[in-house]
Amino acid sequence: MKNVFKPILNKSVSRRGFIKSTSIAGGVAAVTSAVSLPFTSFKSKANDSVASEEKVVWSACTVNCGSRCPLRMHVQDGEIKWVDTDNTGNDDYENKDVQVRACLRGRSMRRRVYNPDRLKYPLRRVGKRGEGKFKRISWDEAYDEIANSITSIRKDYGNEAFYLNYGTGTLGGTVTRSWPPGKTLLARLMNLNGGYLNHYGDYSTAQIAKGLAYTYGGWANGNSFSDTENTKLIVQFGNNPAETRMSGGGLIHHLIESKEKSNAKMIVIDPRYTDTAAGREDQWVPIKPGTDAALVSAIAHVMISEDLVDQQFLDTYCVGYDESTLPKSAPANSDYKSHILGKGDDKTPKTPEWASSITGIPADLIIKLAREIGLTKPCAIYQGWGLQRSQNGEIASRAIAMLSLLTGNLGIHGGGSGARESDYNIPFVRFPTLENPVKTSISMFLWTDAIVRGPEMTATRDGVRGKDKLDVPIKFIWNYAGNCLINQHSDINRTHDILQDENACEMIVVIDNHMTSSAKYADIVLPDLTTSEQADFCMDGKAANMPYFIYADQAIEPQFESRSIYQICSDIAKRLGTEQQFTEGRTQEQWLRHLYAQTLELDPSLPDFETVRKQGIVKRSDPNGHYVAYQAFRSDPVNNPLTTPSGKVEIYSEDLAHIADTWELDEGDVIHPLPIYVSTSEGWDSPLRNQYPLQLTGFHYKARCHSTYGNVDVLKQAAQQEMWINPIDAKNRGIEHGERIRIFNQRGEVRIHAKVTPRIMPGVVALGEGAWYAPDGNKVDHNGSINVLTSQRPSPLAKGNPQHTNLVEVQRVATA
Amino acid sequence: MTQYGFYIDSSKCTGCKTCQLSCKDFKNLDVDRNYRRVYEYAGGNWVEDNGTYRQDVFAYYTSIACNHCDEPACAKVCPSGAMHKRENGFVIVDESVCIGCKHCANACPYGAPQYNAEKGHMTKCDGCFERVAQGSEPICVGSCPLRALEFGPIAELRAKYGTNADCAPLPSSALTKPNIVIKANRHARPTGDTSGHLANPKEV
Repeated sequence: MKNVFKPILNKSVSRRGFIKSTSIAGGVAAVTSAVSLPFTSFKSKANDSVASEEKVVWSACTVNCGSRCPLRMHVQDGEIKWVDTDNTGNDDYENKDVQVRACLRGRSMRRRVYNPDRLKYPLRRVGKRGEGKFKRISWDEAYDEIANSITSIRKDYGNEAFYLNYGTGTLGGTVTRSWPPGKTLLARLMNLNGGYLNHYGDYSTAQIAKGLAYTYGGWANGNSFSDTENTKLIVQFGNNPAETRMSGGGLIHHLIESKEKSNAKMIVIDPRYTDTAAGREDQWVPIKPGTDAALVSAIAHVMISEDLVDQQFLDTYCVGYDESTLPKSAPANSDYKSHILGKGDDKTPKTPEWASSITGIPADLIIKLAREIGLTKPCAIYQGWGLQRSQNGEIASRAIAMLSLLTGNLGIHGGGSGARESDYNIPFVRFPTLENPVKTSISMFLWTDAIVRGPEMTATRDGVRGKDKLDVPIKFIWNYAGNCLINQHSDINRTHDILQDENACEMIVVIDNHMTSSAKYADIVLPDLTTSEQADFCMDGKAANMPYFIYADQAIEPQFESRSIYQICSDIAKRLGTEQQFTEGRTQEQWLRHLYAQTLELDPSLPDFETVRKQGIVKRSDPNGHYVAYQAFRSDPVNNPLTTPSGKVEIYSEDLAHIADTWELDEGDVIHPLPIYVSTSEGWDSPLRNQYPLQLTGFHYKARCHSTYGNVDVLKQAAQQEMWINPIDAKNRGIEHGERIRIFNQRGEVRIHAKVTPRIMPGVVALGEGAWYAPDGNKVDHNGSINVLTSQRPSPLAKGNPQHTNLVEVQRVATA
Repeated sequence: MTQYGFYIDSSKCTGCKTCQLSCKDFKNLDVDRNYRRVYEYAGGNWVEDNGTYRQDVFAYYTSIACNHCDEPACAKVCPSGAMHKRENGFVIVDESVCIGCKHCANACPYGAPQYNAEKGHMTKCDGCFERVAQGSEPICVGSCPLRALEFGPIAELRAKYGTNADCAPLPSSALTKPNIVIKANRHARPTGDTSGHLANPKEV
């Protein structure tokens, strides 16, 4: 009895397991540290100096989790001793006085700043790309080499050969902002020097951003989570704020508090039993990845059959629900209702029985779900960005919105659009990055193709925009605060091979804090300052109806030889003869003051610069209470039309019908005017399942923000990298919880430990994305880096990343 | 004497571990030392039904540090007197007296005392008693993004939230009389339950 809790607290077992799991990654890190100076540990420094008085400096975590968190750095003797967070106000949710509390990652920022992987000085590559062999060079040597390369590539290929790779490591910054590329200082630098090949879309939202734009016009908004205090039923399609929006003002906090006020039910539809569920769900509906649109179609079938649809809403606000609102150009029976009832081209009624074999959800549960969503008013439908990150993501994201439309829940309190939750924001003047003289743009996902077959890429085949085709391949890559050069881009082995050819992409410059997986592929590595070593505004603090921004001041001196992105760009501009235009004679702090002065002109009620600097965080609240997406359209659709071609919600899109007729697509890819269910090339029904029977999906993992913080030891211990597998699938493969497994498919192999858990549905396995690629000599990754297994085949419409559409097999690693 | 204690709202806890990591940062702990630990308890079964699945899966999290028990098992077995309950109710180890025999670690059913090989003695959560003496909360409490932790005089916490201090996978509160109040998760199973399992043994 006494030791009932004991077996699970056996530290010796857990410690051994952890050391074993990290030893291979440690071997990889040693490659880089061989050419690095030994790092002075903060622990030893802490003990041998005479303590001076501690000061507290407001800083921030500006990574790409969607939240933004203030950090209060406790600094002594020029060193961060510990990290606190927002301590202002009374933390009273009811009175909109909420502390913006950092999550486990922000609280571990000290170990990112003082990390053994910190880049200390500029490096030039001496081995092959990816090997991690570098030689120390001076800043002048680095600048000269970069400036010479820019000049010669511009001469030989023109400015379309320059590319700013996707990177979101500091997207919360203003001066340091790393995304979108067109809003970065590198864009300003390049725009003063002829421009660069732009990109559209992003790894987070490519498919939903493109897909739902046809439904609602532009970026589709959803009601703020705070508005769930007005609802009776919350339906979360693959939306998981507990793991994707952990902190900041805390979207998960807003959801839980608001839901508690309304006592609304919550249904979670996801292949994983997420931390958002974990006792807060009234029902978990596990679903096979890539089949959400089939579930929606069957729900629609029940709603139509049982007269649960809001016909008046559909008639007034929507195009193409039934024949009465179908555009003239559309063929007969091409409306949504006909498709659902089996009167369309495929002659297949989308019954619950039809959907149950596709989704894995029993038909009676689908019927119950349909009645519940149809009869509970109001009902808030939200979708996360997980289900859209797939081969059929554009059309699937449009399908989810159908539930909001069929039930008339759009534009009302307690309802929603079926998009992801939105927030109220504080407008802020950003760093001007000038205009890019190059108008050509590619999907952010196709840069590897643009290296190997740039001039073959066309508008209708590859989604090239601004031009019918690319003229030149990518020859120069700027990779700032990002890990998409290898780690976060799909199909690591393909990317690796493409980058091996030094005559293809001739120059890769990585600017970052650490020797990341991507930095190992650089020709020149430049050490960047962390947020703690410079002053910046941290923007876009998202927290439902309580937005904020942060003045992230300089807490400590720059470490080693690292320099700010502002200084780096200014210095290179000087070599290119554009320094004055770049800096306009301002220092980084003068820019901050300048931008804030302009912001104050927009909103004189904001506190002055010195006050903001002192108080660290500025909070507001939504004067309208809660954000309700498309409220104006709902109240007066004639005077407040949407930005779609018809001004209405387009269930049937003529634009998409046109694209479907004119674009060249890969076999099996579908672009369709209606939001219907379509299969995927690597889904539950793929013939490839004979070889690779398990569907693999990624998820956001609390140990990291994508790949940022991926090298922080305490976070790796706290939330260990494991692949989730259902006990049924594990048993069939003789896999026990905690055992080392190999996950593999036609693209590569990853080895990691198994988490055998009922929290994932049978037939599906899941791996947290962002773990740092750690290959052995045989290209086998030993750190659980999911992109060894993902595909570079783009989605049909957005040409986006289908990183949740994968088939794999899993085996136990034989123990010698 | 005011006996302090922790309130743990398992219905709100998402298992994010900010409490654990904020403590680790503030106390400057090494990688494998966790004064606060977050236990994931999960269970449920899957039944195939003609190509579809039915299930009754559940999971929930409980965050546990030292419970500064009324009858601390660690202090009872300590041969040196290093492990002791102070007048203010906090159970702490006097690191200058501790000989590192680990009896306390074996005795505590919650895993609070942890041996530090480098120092040669035991370490554990001290309830941030120095912060508390200055009117602040323990560092973990104010760090919680979900507001699932509270700290205060245990009598007040019990008046406010009741007296439950049990749920799986925790040991029975009868053993050491911990100064904690747990608000049960909707899925909470009783102490001693075997329908679920500790899902993150390597992390705690």
